[in-house]
Amino acid sequence: MARTLAEKVWDAHIVRRAEGEPDLLYIDLHLVHEVTSPQAFEGLRLAGRPVRRPDLTIATEDHNVPTLDILRPIADPVSRTQVETLRKNASDFGVRLHPMGDAEQGIVHVIGPQLGLTQPGMTVVCGDSHTSTHGAFGALAFGIGTSQVEHVLATQTLPMDRFKTMAVTVEGALRPGVTAKDIILAVIAKIGTAGGQGHVIEYRGEAIRALSMEARMTICNMSIEAGARAGMIAPDDTTFAYLEGRPHAPKGADWDAAVAYWRTLRTDDGAAFDREVVLDAAELSPFVTWGTNPGQGAPLDAAVPDPEAMADPTERAAAAKALAYMDLAPGTPLREISVDTVFVGSCTNGRIEDLRAAAEVIRGRAVADSVRMLVVPGSMRVKEQAQAEGLDVVFRAAGAEWREAGCSMCLGMNPDQLAPGERSASTSNRNFEGRQGKGGRTHLVSPLVAAATAVKGTLASPADL
Amino acid sequence: MEKFTVHTGTAVPLRASNVDTDQIIPAVYLKRVSRTGFEDGLFAAWRAEPDFVLNRPEHAGASVLVAGPDFGTGSSREHAVWALQNYGFRAVLSSRFGDIFRGNSLKGGLLTVVLPQETIERLWALVEADPATPVTVDLERRRVRAGEGDAVDVPFELDDYTRWRLLEGLDDIGLTLRHTDAIAEFERHRSPWLPTTV
Ligand code: SF4
Repeated sequence: MARTLAEKVWDAHIVRRAEGEPDLLYIDLHLVHEVTSPQAFEGLRLAGRPVRRPDLTIATEDHNVPTLDILRPIADPVSRTQVETLRKNASDFGVRLHPMGDAEQGIVHVIGPQLGLTQPGMTVVCGDSHTSTHGAFGALAFGIGTSQVEHVLATQTLPMDRFKTMAVTVEGALRPGVTAKDIILAVIAKIGTAGGQGHVIEYRGEAIRALSMEARMTICNMSIEAGARAGMIAPDDTTFAYLEGRPHAPKGADWDAAVAYWRTLRTDDGAAFDREVVLDAAELSPFVTWGTNPGQGAPLDAAVPDPEAMADPTERAAAAKALAYMDLAPGTPLREISVDTVFVGSCTNGRIEDLRAAAEVIRGRAVADSVRMLVVPGSMRVKEQAQAEGLDVVFRAAGAEWREAGCSMCLGMNPDQLAPGERSASTSNRNFEGRQGKGGRTHLVSPLVAAATAVKGTLASPADL
Repeated sequence: MEKFTVHTGTAVPLRASNVDTDQIIPAVYLKRVSRTGFEDGLFAAWRAEPDFVLNRPEHAGASVLVAGPDFGTGSSREHAVWALQNYGFRAVLSSRFGDIFRGNSLKGGLLTVVLPQETIERLWALVEADPATPVTVDLERRRVRAGEGDAVDVPFELDDYTRWRLLEGLDDIGLTLRHTDAIAEFERHRSPWLPTTV
């Protein structure tokens, strides 16, 4: 029978199937970070259980880490304890850890792909919703809770109920200046933040095929913001070219065998999805959010919408509440919104290509006096490569701050935060109330829009400069 | 997970309805990195008051909580179950529980028993009259007994699968570990080129 990509990967991982019970799935790669793992390790300890496959497990420090002075102890005692606990757990249970300052440290979803650990057809889990990022390689990758983290540590499996499947097809070609971030923000605005609930989304079509791996990761990353359990893109030559030569990618004859298998990982002709959505890439333009959930977005050319004009009462109430929090008046052109802070980074847009794109816009220009711009590489490797290309010099010369790797201002858990009332243009993935710091206001944007906004001081695209 | 077969202990009468998980354990206690030690956060706001039932010496060492309707509504935090268990509770009796809390509790080995409100009232009366009254939660026979000559002796419902899992002391991990052979067999056939982190 014709199967979708997601179904093929699922079927290839069934350890046990029994009537009336969830499928028991094998997990190929388990990523661990300091926030959602402490109780899981503690659970193992209480039950006297080992980690079944430390060799399929890898840990990093990302959420709590400061992006300045990383060699000093973390000032916040709660953050410090979480990081120190991870270090102890990793050493007690024999799990490889990349601590702050390590050459391979970085955001969990940046380091997996970068090391070549994320490969097509694998099952990948992490106690973090943005695990969907890894689906860009044609892996089935999803976020799990702390009890499930413990379950995977102990058994390398998870009992799971089957997902539904959804196809998001982006036809045609993107216009210049329009990026993967604009695609995914437009998708979420179209289907809503619950539109993907219970589904694994497969992104397909000409515009998706044309994207680099970095861009595909940006799209899959935000699948969760559309409510989906996971996002996937079928592997192709772009995927293989990215993987070849990475530290953990197969080599020699193994590489050939792997590629032969990976080429079978596509949705069969005639396979049925539970839901299908189609977008025309040529109609997309730079997209920004105006509200407090990622579905509340509009093209940069538009104005802040009027809640009164919204037909759906729930949507209207949500928009009114969002505008009050964001301190925005209906009808204000989005280009007139001025920001205090620009953040380039996160597991959505903190990879080398994102930094290159932002640097290209900033090169030879200056960050507006009213704006603080933070550029935070997603990993130490990204930082190293950016520095090798001189991007740090470009950013610094323009007046931006160049930081160490971590989640940084994506969430208010480390020192990089918005002050109450401050407004940011951010390349991250969540614009929830208080997400970047209590009382902070977030506009989600692409790296290109972030850089142009930093120069102008108001939401802008490079074409406006 | 500890097996639950027949448990006898003294009880705490908690005459309050709609005790949500924020009341059971406030968010500020969630930052801890262990799964133990949450007992100090249990009902933290209320325990600041000396009169709160849990603070009364006659209820020291109690292991059965007899609560009002809609116990454990709200936030899905697993910490609520941990806090009750860490404090020493093995069972909670109520006429109605929040869904997620109940799921978490039965996964984690805290037996939540649904009884008619009228039975709850009788248990409250018995325990308030004599705090030393032993209350027995018998999972084998699915009955709750309490008081002189079993003044209260009532059946309760619990599905066979969950009952079996609790009697055997099996959490999800324990259950999956019964299929270790299948896991090992699966591992024997994984492609040799799949990556390891070492
Ligand atoms: S960068 Fe943001 S979204 Fe990504 S893992 Fe870190 S906190 Fe989560």
